Order: sequence, then structure tokens, then C-alpha cells
Amino acid sequence: MAYPKDSSAELADYAHPERLVTTGWLADQLAGDHPGLVVLESDEDVLLYDTGHIPGSFKLDWHTDLNDPVTRDFVDGEAFAKVMSERGIGRDTTVVIYGDKSNWWAAYALWVMTLFGHEDVRLLDGGRSAWMAEDREMTREVPTAEPADYPVIQRNDAPIRAFKDDVLAHLGKAMVDVRSPGEFSGELLHMPDYPQEGSLRGGHIPGARSVPWSKAAREDGRFKSRADLEGLYQSEQKLTPDEDVVVYCRIGERSSHTWFVLTQLLGFGNVRNYDGSWTEWGNAVRVPVEQGAPTT
Amino acid sequence: MTETALPAPLTELIDDFGSVGPKDRLQLLLELSEELPDLPARYADHPEQLEQVHECQTPLFLAVEVTDGDVHLFFNAPKEAPTTRGFAGILHAGLDGQPAQVVLDVPDDIPFKFGLAEAVSPLRMRGMVAMLSRIKRQTRAQVAD
Repeated sequence: MAYPKDSSAELADYAHPERLVTTGWLADQLAGDHPGLVVLESDEDVLLYDTGHIPGSFKLDWHTDLNDPVTRDFVDGEAFAKVMSERGIGRDTTVVIYGDKSNWWAAYALWVMTLFGHEDVRLLDGGRSAWMAEDREMTREVPTAEPADYPVIQRNDAPIRAFKDDVLAHLGKAMVDVRSPGEFSGELLHMPDYPQEGSLRGGHIPGARSVPWSKAAREDGRFKSRADLEGLYQSEQKLTPDEDVVVYCRIGERSSHTWFVLTQLLGFGNVRNYDGSWTEWGNAVRVPVEQGAPTT
Repeated sequence: MTETALPAPLTELIDDFGSVGPKDRLQLLLELSEELPDLPARYADHPEQLEQVHECQTPLFLAVEVTDGDVHLFFNAPKEAPTTRGFAGILHAGLDGQPAQVVLDVPDDIPFKFGLAEAVSPLRMRGMVAMLSRIKRQTRAQVAD
């Protein structure tokens, strides 16, 4: 049986409100027995969970749990099954993910779980900061889970993940660069002594529109309203829900947040996240690069 | 070339980290992050005097003072960045108060001797390498003055 959805009014306008839960809803679930629901915390900082987390939640680290330690790729089906099983997650489990930085890493984890076709995975709207701002319970106690039976699933990348060749074939179609304006224009790479981006070339993929990911989030970390998001992506940037869109950033994490906004909150049907992103494109030989601030 | 001795507190930390598994290493790192001293007022009130370490995922600022030949370290990193604070904590606990030459002789690959790459992933180690290199650069500059 499917776990109940959060039917809060503030989520109702989104295209897929079942993909979000509010802090109040989650607190209510955790106050009672909640079989079939597991909460995961996914942060940029691998230690943040250890400083305090939502009671009963497990840590899911993007580096050590979701990325393959050798190949630049995500873990395979066996490693993923182990990560899920250790946290008591079965294929039918409803997973709620939350994290720091307006759920930037939580959205990345959600996107990776979607590559594995995990059906019911939701974000806690506002993430860690919203939970804490409301003085809700946090603990340092690390739970132990009864290992669950998680099947070994072959990842299905094609529908929502783009590789470099896919992006080359996509040139001329809709693309969103979600990095900061300085990264988009190419300026940031020219800061003396600070090769912080790890890329040889600065700029953006030709034709990409610049919409920094954080524009989709409110001050408190929650997503903006559907109307505001439509204004941003559809009115301003002229994207339409039925076109093919590729999103990218530096390594595919910030663009997971935008992927979530476009697909789950605005109902776009064909959005792929190019996780190779600028750390691949900006180092690739003879791919086209454009520099300068956005023209619009 | 002779092998220069590492400062004793740093050696002790390397042993501590080496004697436990990856999970407990994270706990040690967390403890060190919590033990990182707050900035003294002369820096807290003048953050512009600190140098930013851009290679860290989260903003980290540091200052180095060489007084009577000994190195003193000052760090500032937000509480929401415990890993970065932990790296700073290791360097503070291991190097603060040591003679300048001892600090300058610390090998650049020391950040990899704590077994942390496995616990936090190698990518995240970049920040600690950058902190050490800036500490050494600032120390070198002040010794030369």
C-alpha cells in the first residue's frame, strides 16, 4: 500500500505535489509509527548529519554512497542496493530526503534514486534549514535499520541523464546553465591563482540560458510558488513544458535541483541532467564554448 | 635529504586517526571541528585581514602570525561546514605554536596521512591541502620579512 501523500494546500499547485512534503507533515508522521517511510539526509558536508539530524533519519552521502569510487559515474545496481538495504529501504519504501543549501544535495540524491527507478522518493520542502528554523527536534543519535531486501536494479540513465555526446546532438535546443553568472560568463576561471573550477576553459555551452539554480528557491530554502517558477522559466526564458531541455552545472548537483523544479514542480516532460557538466565540457577538446554574460 | 621530524601533536593526531576505522575517523574529525577555537576579537572584528581558502567547498578564512619564531593559526569557518572546520581543527591542533621552520618542513601530502580520503572521499581533501599550502606560504612570507 502506498504511503499517504502530503495534501497540504501550499503544495497543491505544483505539477507533482506528491513529490514534496512539508515540515509539519513529516513531523506528524515521525510522531507516530510510520512503517514504509524512511528519511534520509543528504548534505554537501559529509559531517553535517553527525552534528544533528532529524530523529530516525539516515545519512546518504553523495560522494561516498552514490558515486563510484573509481570510475566517474554513479554506483552500480549492487552498490545501490546495499546502500538502500542498510538504511532499511525496500523497493516499495517511501523515501523522504532533506539536506542543506535549499536541498541542493537532496535533489541530487533524489535524481540518482530516480535513475534507479525508485518510485516514491520525495523532498522535504525547505530541507534542513526549514526544519531547524522551526525549532523542530534534532538528535545526534544514529539509528540502526533492519536491513531491507532491495533488488539489484540496472540503472536506466537515458530518460533523465545526458552525456556529452547527447549534449553535442542537442546543441541548438533548449539548455539551462544553472551556475552563477560569473561561471556562466567565463570570468571565474580567470581569477589569478584560484583554479577553483578544475576546468581548463571558462564559459558556457553555446545557446544555454543562464538561470542560477538558487533563483528557484525562497530565502527560507523552500521552493518558490508555481506561479513564480512559471514566470522564471516559462515567461522569462521561454521554455515550454513539452520541449527537450538539458540542464547542467559544474558536476550535476545544482542542476539536479533545477531538474526537480522543471519536471516535478512545473511538469516538464523531457528534461535531462548533464552531470558531466562544466567539469567535463570545460576540459573537453574541441567542443564549442561561448563566453560572456547572458544576452537577455 | 634527511627526514624532518613532524611536530609531536601532529604525529599524535595521525596515530589517533590511524588507530580507528573510517566511521570513527569521522567522529574524531567532528570533535576537532568542535574544538576549533573562535577567532580573537582582533580578527573577528576585522574579517578582511583573513585570507580566504577558495578550494574549500564552504568559505574558510585563515590568518597566520609568526611571533618570536612560533606560528599561530586563526581560522574562521561556519558551523554548517563541520568537515572544513575539522580540517582546520587538525591543522590547528597539530601546528599551532610550532616553530616556523617546523611548520615549513611539514610535507605537503600530510593531509593524506589521516586516512580521511576514504572516509570523506578524496575530492573533499582538496580544501585541507590548500589550507596547508596557504599556511606555509604566509609563514614563509613572515619569516622572510
